[in-house]
Amino acid sequence: MTVHQPNSYRSGPDERGRFGKFGGRFVAETLMPLILELEEAYAAATADPAFRQEMDGYLAHYVGRPSALYFAERLTEHFRAVSTASGLSGGAKIYLKREELNHTGSHKVNNVLGQIMLARRMGKKRIIAETGAGQHGVATATLCARFGLDCVVYMGAVDVERQKPNVFRMKLLGAEVVPVESGTRTLKDAMNEALRDWVTNVETTFYCIGTVAGPHPYPMMVRDFQSIIGRETKEQILAIEGRLPDSLVACIGGGSNAMGLFHPFLDDPAVEIYGVEAAGHGIATGLHAASLSGGKPGVLHGNRTYLLMTEDGQIKDAHSISAGLDYPGIGPEHSYLHETGRVTYLSATDEEALEAFQLLSKLEGIIPALEPAHALARVAELAPRMPKDHLMVVNLSGRGDKDVPQVSEMLGSKV
Amino acid sequence: MTARLDAKFAALAQEGRAGLVTFLTAGDPDPATTLELLKGLPAAGADVIELGMPFSDPMADGPAIQWASLRALKAGQTLAKTLDLVRAFRAADAATPLVLMGYFNPIYVYGVERFLIEAKSAGVDGLIVVDLPPEEDDELCLPALKAGLAFIRLATPTTDDHRLPKVLANTAGFVYYVSITGVTGTATPDFDRVGSAVARLKRHTTLPVAVGFGVKTAAHAAAVAKGADAVVVGSALVERLRTSLDAEGRATAATVPGVLDLARELAAGVRAAAKAA
Repeated sequence: MTVHQPNSYRSGPDERGRFGKFGGRFVAETLMPLILELEEAYAAATADPAFRQEMDGYLAHYVGRPSALYFAERLTEHFRAVSTASGLSGGAKIYLKREELNHTGSHKVNNVLGQIMLARRMGKKRIIAETGAGQHGVATATLCARFGLDCVVYMGAVDVERQKPNVFRMKLLGAEVVPVESGTRTLKDAMNEALRDWVTNVETTFYCIGTVAGPHPYPMMVRDFQSIIGRETKEQILAIEGRLPDSLVACIGGGSNAMGLFHPFLDDPAVEIYGVEAAGHGIATGLHAASLSGGKPGVLHGNRTYLLMTEDGQIKDAHSISAGLDYPGIGPEHSYLHETGRVTYLSATDEEALEAFQLLSKLEGIIPALEPAHALARVAELAPRMPKDHLMVVNLSGRGDKDVPQVSEMLGSKV
Repeated sequence: MTARLDAKFAALAQEGRAGLVTFLTAGDPDPATTLELLKGLPAAGADVIELGMPFSDPMADGPAIQWASLRALKAGQTLAKTLDLVRAFRAADAATPLVLMGYFNPIYVYGVERFLIEAKSAGVDGLIVVDLPPEEDDELCLPALKAGLAFIRLATPTTDDHRLPKVLANTAGFVYYVSITGVTGTATPDFDRVGSAVARLKRHTTLPVAVGFGVKTAAHAAAVAKGADAVVVGSALVERLRTSLDAEGRATAATVPGVLDLARELAAGVRAAAKAA
């Protein structure tokens, strides 16, 4: 690939919201003035120490940060045994960044808190969001409850059916959950419907996007709010080990937990970075959610990025065991990091994720969400190949309680 | 460069009436029906034809046009087939302006340069691409102008006076005023406000102003025609088409006459407004 290597991987986006050729502001004119207003409001908030201070307070006392960086001793031992058995006598030392311990059970809350505080600054009283598995919807409903804001969550009708407990949680928190019947009735259609709502109620409404996608400034803003994951990790590993990690691993749907962990390390060239997409039934089957491995550049939901689509540019539905990774696109900054080669993007199948889900539960007493189980599935392959002094940090982006009914149905008596 | 559009709006000005812009989705429910409709529309009173390029994720459209897109895609419509339809229409009608409306992704994937060359030679006069604001002009707008196609921009109630010059800068053919904040075919606009909105646009441009979104009946069309240079109707026609389909979603003997009847009613509404004025 003949892509120019930049002096810094952290300088994006440019003033047009581009990361290289990716990103941008591909939205209807109705939304454009609001997006420009949002960009200004975000810049003003970022420059205001009071905003940062208020957010830090809620992050500490409401979200429960910092989240632990935990040495996964038995998982490490397990992969060392695997390494020895294959004649390598290696096995990386594995740390888990415990985002699943946050309030609401995933990393999603980091971003939602930031956006809700920004919405309050902008005087918006009505919040809308899209959700797939329901994690972002629950986080949004939670903070709307906390701050007394109206909350409408768009969710594909198929996902409403698949994720009933989260639908109930959102309602309990006072949100209105709208099942989306248009298109393929999944996450991408929920996002379309949220955009339609926003266009209609543009004066009163703040659109709280759940991942590092959408029109500029969302990919940058969500990344900034999630970067607390990587900043804490850096401090914590330096305190524990006295040096930076050798590698980072995170799962990717839209890619917000991964971008949050990766971004503070992008200009540390010795740190290898791995993103893991959902390969569903396998990339070759076409039934997957791996936009980088199995898609090509296109324009959807306000930005240019890698997408799953037909030859004619029609968006295809994604397939993954994990509803949180079931999106046919990926954040534009990931597309940029893929093309520049700074991050290595891999994928894991449904089956591999299910195995890793069980492995972590049994070895560490931590039931991971199916999303980070994809990252763990690739760790199972990467870790045994590394030497023993290799420090590997895995982002445990969410807890698995929400997935237990689904997994128990799939595994049945095998557990 | 925008010869057919310019000639049409000049003729309308001469006649002292507003024009009717009719929207249909290409390939809904099949290409043959679309072609028959396209050929029938000018005689039914359509002054400008707007043809939708179907997209799987039409986020600026309401349910009627969303479903029209899905019907067309299900029937196998592609961008190449849409250009075929334009060619076939143009072979039979050299005068009626035709603009393509849609979203950027199918064009981007087709290849901007290839698309513009083929669209121009097929007889397309202009493009309306919803998800390309002026901030992204170098993607398609500027190449389109260079290729001799009008890039018709949407102006909306949220486009303030400060922003209007930017929106109008590279617009050609006509300006499309979106009469509501919202998606196509849903809310009915406040007709009194439409007049003042058009007047505001006219302070910034000499281009004709077409008004659309939410215009459903002949009476609506007449009301909008009083203050605008053209009235755009889409969802109502597409909805009329849908109700004529059989249980499997195929066209029936009622499809073409039904849609053309509504076009005639709308055209009468537009013309009645001119007489009243």
